[in-house]
Amino acid sequence: MRHLGPEPLDHDAIVERVHDAECGAVASFTGTVRPDEGTVAIEYSAYEGMAERELDAILEESNGRWPDARVEVAHRIGRVPAGEASVIVVAAAPHRDNAFAACRYVIEELKARVPIWKREERGDGSGVWVDHRGGRVVEAPPSRPD
Amino acid sequence: MKLFARYAELVGAEEVEVAVALPTTVEKIVAALKDQYPAARAIPEHPLVAVNLQQAGAGTEIAGDEEVALLPPVAGG
Repeated sequence: MRHLGPEPLDHDAIVERVHDAECGAVASFTGTVRPDEGTVAIEYSAYEGMAERELDAILEESNGRWPDARVEVAHRIGRVPAGEASVIVVAAAPHRDNAFAACRYVIEELKARVPIWKREERGDGSGVWVDHRGGRVVEAPPSRPD
Repeated sequence: MKLFARYAELVGAEEVEVAVALPTTVEKIVAALKDQYPAARAIPEHPLVAVNLQQAGAGTEIAGDEEVALLPPVAGG
């Protein structure tokens, strides 16, 4: 299962949905917004139709490689304040090897392939587009009105 | 065509119309965009392009009814 949306992410609710009686292992990854260099929030945007399609493809690939792992992924879109979660992947499997492997696969593929972008919002109102390696792409003009 | 993130900010719109003779190719549409919207010249020569929600190469043919989108390098997570 996958989810894209503006709501805060609920880690425990995802774990509860993914875990079942057959699973002896639950691995989870939570990505949060770092307050680097005065970042107060990150604004995430997505090409939603394509992002959903790509997430479905990644989950299908994961299911092909680790068929006993149940995986859910959720990515928050819109403004995410520093310290809050932007992405959560939870994988449950009978044993930990497959839970870890599926969880790792899904977050790495998401970062490499899913059309989601982020713009760091600084305390002074300026914004910076960031690429997936953490490089600052371009200084965006301040978003606040003068 | 659709523009996202930094590309939308450069051009000042999330969707623009580009005049081209049909059928055409992804490469020609990108060139026409840069011709018709000078602000789009800062976009790389070979940006990531999606046609009907799937990544498409420069030579992909466009009949005219597809959804074409220009994608900056992705940065989710």
